[in-house]
Amino acid sequence: MNYGALIFLAAFIGISASWFGFVLTPQIQIGRETQATNTVNTAELYPIARPGQANEGAEVYRANGCVYCHSQQIGQSGTEVNVVLSEIGTNPVAVVEALINAKVGVTNANATGLSAGLPKTILRNVSIGNAKKASKAVRDAGAESRVDVVPVGVDIERGWGKRHSVAQDYIYDHPVMLGSQRIGPDLANVGVRLPDAKWQLLHLYAPRTVVPESIMPSYKFLFEQRKINGQPSPDALPLEGDYAPPAGYEVVPRAEAKALVAYLLSLHAGAPLYEAPLSVASAPAATAATNSPAK
Amino acid sequence: MNPSSCSSSSTVANDSLIREIDASARPPLFVLFFSGAIWLVISSILGLIASIKFHSPDFLANCAWLTYGRVYPAATNALLYGFAIPAGLGVGLWIIARLGQTRVVQPWIIAFGAKIWNLGVLVGVFGILNGDSTGFESLEMPKYAAILLFIAYTIIGIWTLLTLHARQEKTLTAPQWFLLAALFWFPWIFSTAHLLLTVWPVRGVTQSIIAWWFAANLKFVWFGLVGLAASFYFISQLMNRALHSQYLALFTFWTILLFATWSGIPHSAPVPAWMPAISTVATVLTLITILTVMMNVYRTVGRGCGQAANPAPGKFIAFGVMAFVVSWAMHVLNALPELAIFTQFTWFNVAQNHLNVYGFFAMTMFGAIYYIMPRVMDMECPCWGRVKAHYWLALLGIILIAVPLAVGGIIQGFKLNHPQVAFVEVMKSSLNFLRATSLGEVLLLVGHLLLLANLIGLAVRYARSRVTPVFVDAMTEIKPAGVKS
Repeated sequence: MNYGALIFLAAFIGISASWFGFVLTPQIQIGRETQATNTVNTAELYPIARPGQANEGAEVYRANGCVYCHSQQIGQSGTEVNVVLSEIGTNPVAVVEALINAKVGVTNANATGLSAGLPKTILRNVSIGNAKKASKAVRDAGAESRVDVVPVGVDIERGWGKRHSVAQDYIYDHPVMLGSQRIGPDLANVGVRLPDAKWQLLHLYAPRTVVPESIMPSYKFLFEQRKINGQPSPDALPLEGDYAPPAGYEVVPRAEAKALVAYLLSLHAGAPLYEAPLSVASAPAATAATNSPAK
Repeated sequence: MNPSSCSSSSTVANDSLIREIDASARPPLFVLFFSGAIWLVISSILGLIASIKFHSPDFLANCAWLTYGRVYPAATNALLYGFAIPAGLGVGLWIIARLGQTRVVQPWIIAFGAKIWNLGVLVGVFGILNGDSTGFESLEMPKYAAILLFIAYTIIGIWTLLTLHARQEKTLTAPQWFLLAALFWFPWIFSTAHLLLTVWPVRGVTQSIIAWWFAANLKFVWFGLVGLAASFYFISQLMNRALHSQYLALFTFWTILLFATWSGIPHSAPVPAWMPAISTVATVLTLITILTVMMNVYRTVGRGCGQAANPAPGKFIAFGVMAFVVSWAMHVLNALPELAIFTQFTWFNVAQNHLNVYGFFAMTMFGAIYYIMPRVMDMECPCWGRVKAHYWLALLGIILIAVPLAVGGIIQGFKLNHPQVAFVEVMKSSLNFLRATSLGEVLLLVGHLLLLANLIGLAVRYARSRVTPVFVDAMTEIKPAGVKS
């Protein structure tokens, strides 16, 4: 039997199959994604390219291997549809009655106190159909409500993001550093979660002064300890105790540290996209518009 | 080399051919294995520095070159590219020469290729420490090092193929198919990954997809093919009988090519859902690979105990097969979305990776090296005691790394899935497990030093054996004169 040809064929099929599958096909499907007006309702351009300093910071992030401890991707286990009553109108009794009649889960028992403390979520985790029915009932009774689309999941509960990450979020990244480990917290939205540049710099220089139990390495090499000449620098870190420089000296961030912080602050992936919907404030009008033909 | 040992000419033709084959493989194997051992020592020193940082995060904080995010990838790259791949190439070359009953074609060129490879690894590891990492896991070596590696691999690969082509025994057996496929495989995935990630980078998450594809093809397909080729070959050599079934091995071969190549896209990835879905299905199908390997090895070994001439290499190989089964099974479990939510982003994956790369592949290579080197040097290994010591150190080291990481990883995963548990608490819960792994790293380091010492011991004895005959002649001429007086 001529095994040589068979092996060659097998190897070729094996390689080319997975190559076509995971190298070529993704290029065809999402390899040409560009900035788009993909955001729900607002039609804003998304994503926005990073400014130059933040791009330099991405290089610092890559060079120092931040990716080995920090992921940049949010997961989500599902999406909840909630109905929020924003205004009760002139006839609360009619609103409650309309809601009960709409048979969307509001009953006499849980309708008490419905109008207290608005805006208030009156229906949680319902089907989109029921949500639309409820908001129509509410509107017909002279009140106002909105339908909230709320992504849920562990990462979102931790406050690491508002929705799961999607391919669109990364089109300006090179390298894309999704990360495979969470020795430290996820950073997909760190620019929103911790937007204070001073805090970030201090945290990089001496992590344990701001998070006592942190095991993040100190990145002292991104900073410079220098003699104060005349006025202390406005950039100098407010260090105390063990971390304070000797008298007459100050610790200032080098360009790399500033760039890295600019990059960290540029990290946010929370725009409501069609592939990752998320509630937006102006919902009622839109809901009404889409609701009527669907009836 | 040892002219005294065989004067009679009964086993003869075959014996002397085998000697010639071994002798022809000496130059490249010496370079590949010796430098591999040095890279292992470097890797475990870097790994130890990385692991100390978990206990005292301010350790070496002033030194950019030794920050965790540089030392850790430098350590893994020294292991992957410094030891694992060259060792695999060396072992593969020797198996191909032995099975083909032919001398290695132009061994000096392969040795030269091995030196370029080492230069590439050196440049690459320094590049990573200097902050030039590509940022893609398992592919950190910068572009300029990758070019050297690619050239070196091409040289080694072509001359290995020439050796295969020059074979006297025409029928190809299982280890040869595995090695042939692996030889073609690496340059394809390596060049694809570098061209599309560092030379002409593609857009967005397609980068990550290619990086995952590369990592899975390196760690499961390439290591799987080469490691299993070595396991099958040495098991049948040590048991002194043929592999139970070539057809079962063919099955293993096909399932690796068709399924393992598609594994590696994690469930959590922000990519179109069909990719992780296909990846999950393919990874689950690698269960067939695991089962066929288990059955083949069991049937080959299980028919009563063979008389292995020297049990030490066999121990390494046996451990390698067991680690293969466990780590690939962990990989299958990891691919199931229901379980992946508890293991993703945790130490469990690190444990799996370590069991596969080190427990399976490196251990199999250790066994192979201890089997091959005494033959290639035409020397009895002076040091079976130290080989056994290396075995036990490596075994304990792996267990001390993999078990705590797997258990700690699962605990970490459960805590990560409870948002009420503060993140700092999650992190703290894995610290004690990490302490155990530091101890494991120390044991591995000692083991690597023993490997290096064993190879140096062989080399020294080999050098002496080339010198002694002259000495002995000189002595015999002098002695009578001495006796006379």
